[in-house]
Amino acid sequence: MVRGFGGAAAFPDEVWELVFSFLAADADRNAVALVCRGWHRIERRSRRRVFVGNCYAVAPAAAVRRFPEVRAAAIKGKPHFADFNLVPTDWGGGAEAWVEAMAGGWPHLEELRLKRMVVSDDCLELIARSFKNFGVLSLVSCDGFSTAGLAAIAANCRNLRELDLHENEVEDNCLNWISHFPESFTSLVSLNIACLEGDMNTSVLECLISRCPNLKTLRLNHAMPLEKLVSLLQRAPQLVDLGTSKFSADHHPELLSKVESTFAGFKHLKSLSGIWEAGPAYLPAIYSVCESLTSLNLYYATIQSPELLKLVSECKNLQRLWVMDLIEDNGLIAVASSCKLLQELRVFPSDPYGVAPPISLTEHGLVAISAGCLMLHSVLYFCRQMTNAALLTIANNRPNLTCFRLCIIDPHTPDYISQEPLDAGFSAIVESCKDLRRLSLSGLLTDRVFKSIGASANRLEMLSVAFAGDSDVGLHYILSGCKNLRKLEIRDCPFGDKALLDNTSKLETMRSLWMSSCSVTLGACRQLAQKMPRLNVEVIDERRGRPLESWPDDFPIEKLYIYRTVAGPRSDTPPCVWTV
Amino acid sequence: MEDVKGSDGLGDTELRLGLPGTSTATRSAKRALPEGDEESHDELRRTSATKAQVVGWPPIRSYRKNSFPARKVEAEAEAAAGLYVKVSMDGAPFLRKIDLSVYKGYKELREGLDNMFKCFSFGELSRREGGSGSEYAITYEDKDGDLMLVGDVPWEMFISSCKRLRIMKGSEARGLESRH
Repeated sequence: MVRGFGGAAAFPDEVWELVFSFLAADADRNAVALVCRGWHRIERRSRRRVFVGNCYAVAPAAAVRRFPEVRAAAIKGKPHFADFNLVPTDWGGGAEAWVEAMAGGWPHLEELRLKRMVVSDDCLELIARSFKNFGVLSLVSCDGFSTAGLAAIAANCRNLRELDLHENEVEDNCLNWISHFPESFTSLVSLNIACLEGDMNTSVLECLISRCPNLKTLRLNHAMPLEKLVSLLQRAPQLVDLGTSKFSADHHPELLSKVESTFAGFKHLKSLSGIWEAGPAYLPAIYSVCESLTSLNLYYATIQSPELLKLVSECKNLQRLWVMDLIEDNGLIAVASSCKLLQELRVFPSDPYGVAPPISLTEHGLVAISAGCLMLHSVLYFCRQMTNAALLTIANNRPNLTCFRLCIIDPHTPDYISQEPLDAGFSAIVESCKDLRRLSLSGLLTDRVFKSIGASANRLEMLSVAFAGDSDVGLHYILSGCKNLRKLEIRDCPFGDKALLDNTSKLETMRSLWMSSCSVTLGACRQLAQKMPRLNVEVIDERRGRPLESWPDDFPIEKLYIYRTVAGPRSDTPPCVWTV
Repeated sequence: MEDVKGSDGLGDTELRLGLPGTSTATRSAKRALPEGDEESHDELRRTSATKAQVVGWPPIRSYRKNSFPARKVEAEAEAAAGLYVKVSMDGAPFLRKIDLSVYKGYKELREGLDNMFKCFSFGELSRREGGSGSEYAITYEDKDGDLMLVGDVPWEMFISSCKRLRIMKGSEARGLESRH
């Protein structure tokens, strides 16, 4: 066997590179790099894709130095709870350090994907100027830039294929940024500008679309009136993924027939979204594409149940459905019998804060879906009531669930029939769904549910907990179990010091832990930080200005963010963040 | 934990020791209540009012919050509030306001306007009524800001696009009408 390895040294590097190129997973490439120095060298020189789940886990210069031939990079910044305003806006996640390092070390970079980062216009300009063969820019849930930065991208990236702007906060100061794409620019394949607020110059957009024959994805913002949308879409019948603008207008038979014929012309459309403010007058025009749709996002469509039901029932090949709770139980029952290929369902609340009469969307809708849709593996469901029995049924029906996120809107809501906590129901989910990778809990829950999760959720990678548990024991169950846990985010739970200090080494096996409004004290954080030098223990407190050093050990922590890192404490912490 | 929130739902604003976000209304008495249902309903109503103040809950992207589609209930409430538009009449010293939603069609609208403005010697209302040289014509300003003659479009379309009414003197109005 030793001879086998001796023989391996005789293979030139290129052979090993080719072998390694078949390893898609980063984990596999990482393992290969640990075998011997030779493989480490070959692997690092041939790695083309890098994923950085936490931008502060490694120094940009170190990443660029180790993998000099990267063509595609994906980087994430702020913790997930930043989506719900729990993270201070100045917390960090700035992209400059990364973009500067990449501009210097990866001149051949083609793809950049940033999520929850603060991206300035200067960053965008640097990207536009630094990478000659830049093809893909994806910004998801980012902020800090304006349409002026987008103009720089448009003007300079001659080979841009994808510009994906998903749910960013973008300042609109350059109304005609689209016109910065030169006349010679024809390479666009995917354009998603749904998150932009301002009006677009339709004729400029039409010109752009007409000269890009490979355009497959087009997601517009809500501003464009329906008549203009229709004339634009007539230039791109080859679209596979369409996000429309406003889908309502004064009733006009001519316009209606134009919309109908435009949609009838889409022979390849698989994904439909947008449909802002859909009025019942124009909605039927969509029916002709329903049967070919695999993905439908009706989040912005203010359609009520009868029309909604009719529309979704036509979509026999749907794999992904995002919809408002206006669909009601009846609508979901119809989906369960019509959409047999459904894999992912998300139901959002139309009235999350109101005390208006509740929509008739209950646990019954989800149970029906779990029974009728055999391929369902991903669920996000907002509702107001739940029972253990329903969760048990769902668990038994769908052991193939990989993502189960249930949000019962009122915290501490028990099983509304038995008034029991929902421990039994969620336990059934984790015990039955052996491949569960993501779980969000809600409702009234005691420490018992955490015992089940810790013991059974062996594939679980991300867990979100809110308003649950009785004591530290709950957190201890999680941290001492859940072998594959990567991200844990907790808010408003009575979890404290003991569980953290009893499980310090677990924290280094995870990407990050967020705890807010729990019962952790500063003393525990100090102990933790001292014991684990490769963790950054960030205490976030927006209430006071006094420096951390002067606070006593029993000081209660407001928000805590712990993450593993090889880069040491970061240098860009704002006033409300202290690295202990 | 004592019910801190109080009966007026102002628990969140009370000064007290403790972490923000804990021991607020959210720790409600929603656990099994042996007492009657009524009490739990009261709790529900009170806690619902304070719940809206919990930061970041329910977990919906703030980005999406801003673009929340209005529910039908709200839209109906708006409709119930009436479609008031200003009515000006050339030569009259002040304007009036009328609720378009109370009228079923053009005939009732004209009758209503006649009733309202007869003290300004309205005269014959429109050519449709058979009036030959009508002194006034009813016009309106639509969503695009254009001045239109009342009566051309279906009633439903009219009330959804009418922003204000203007009763024009016959001499100006004849210019609009003569095109037909």
